[in-house]
Amino acid sequence: MALGKEEIAKRIAKEVKDRYYVNLGIGIPTLVANYVREDISVEFQSENGVLGMGPFPFEGDEDPDVINAGKQTITTLPGASFFDSAFSFGMIRSQKVDLTILGAMEVSENGDIANWKIPGKMVKGMGGAMDLVASAENIIVAMMHVNKAGESKILKRCTLPLTGVGCVKKVVTELAVMEITPNGFKLLERAPGVSVDHIIASTEADLIIEGEIPEMIID
Amino acid sequence: MITKKVNSVHEALQGIQNDMTIMLGGFGLSGIPENSIAELVRMGVSNLTCISNNAGVDDFGLGLLLQKKQIKKMISSYVGENAEFERQMLSGELEVELTPQGTLAEKCRAAQAGIPAFYTPAGYGTEVAEGKESREFNGKMHILEHAYKADFSIVKAWKGDEAGNLIFKGTARNFNAPMAGAGKITIAEVEELLPVGSLDPNEIHIPGIMVQRIFKGEKFEKRIEQRTVRTRN
Repeated sequence: MALGKEEIAKRIAKEVKDRYYVNLGIGIPTLVANYVREDISVEFQSENGVLGMGPFPFEGDEDPDVINAGKQTITTLPGASFFDSAFSFGMIRSQKVDLTILGAMEVSENGDIANWKIPGKMVKGMGGAMDLVASAENIIVAMMHVNKAGESKILKRCTLPLTGVGCVKKVVTELAVMEITPNGFKLLERAPGVSVDHIIASTEADLIIEGEIPEMIID
Repeated sequence: MITKKVNSVHEALQGIQNDMTIMLGGFGLSGIPENSIAELVRMGVSNLTCISNNAGVDDFGLGLLLQKKQIKKMISSYVGENAEFERQMLSGELEVELTPQGTLAEKCRAAQAGIPAFYTPAGYGTEVAEGKESREFNGKMHILEHAYKADFSIVKAWKGDEAGNLIFKGTARNFNAPMAGAGKITIAEVEELLPVGSLDPNEIHIPGIMVQRIFKGEKFEKRIEQRTVRTRN
């Protein structure tokens, strides 16, 4: 069975380690915060200027001056801090943030990512995505393996305008977990009940497959 | 003490003319100088180039200037929340320069700090890098970006004093801090304007030297763009 969005988020949450500072993108990455183990210390950074983000506020406690990069009202946890946008991207550029999780429309076998623009459609802008992918050391992408027409988004070369080059380290999709190595995509895990052949058939890029590929552990 | 206080938004925005370049603070609708935007609508200045991370929504923020077709060019990182913006952009009435958010912030900060240009890795290998000088540092490619040149910076702070010192609240600090002092003239609108001596010098985010005019905003709607809450158990 292909994974749903919540299950992709659950699997990615296992990549979040103790004492990590983490930046979560909009969409599936935002869900990851709900599934991080409670026995580890993690701080979430939002690039509009907060470290130590907490859950959404209780109804009536919303503060228009406390939002995340998705413009959603949020709360802060003890130890949180606020800073300006230039400082925020300073800590991203200087690699103080340990893990960046973001969505993508396409990823290629050399680690290129496209997630901001579809030619011919209204372009909303790249926001902070280009800064994040250009600087982060550890980038995990949460995305759909195939589009609605069944076409692979895991490619030899991206077809859409790029957000960044050679930057993605790991990809988690509804079908698989893949690592990007100097030799291309390496299949690490498959979704429960999904065969390696199905993943190969759903992937335009070549896959490096070594030995038995285990099923993902979701819960 | 050098006082920066002016008595009204009208007085604060004196000198803003057609064809000027203006920086405006805020992220989404959070921390936008809403009193100044309303005054720009009243003044009717046009052909403006606006440097602002976002472009407001249809009926608030910079969307109000777009409705009146006062903006010629927007320099932003993300502009998705505004139907009139989309219409003007697709029809070619509005010029749009999309810039990575960290680069946009740093182009403000560079102007504030007197640095003409800087290298950043953001956008290397993408269409953002087209026509820009690139150079390798420590084994990684970077592109050259220039400081913005703006006629006015308009920022919004939580508290200020008559000397122009500013304190921001929460994530409303965003682009307001790096834009303060980045334009030739900086206007600050504040929720609370206090006498000199009321603010603790240890807690000032932006010193008054960066601000030429400060005024107390008449009213702050502080609209929330995405109201997300959890229910109490």
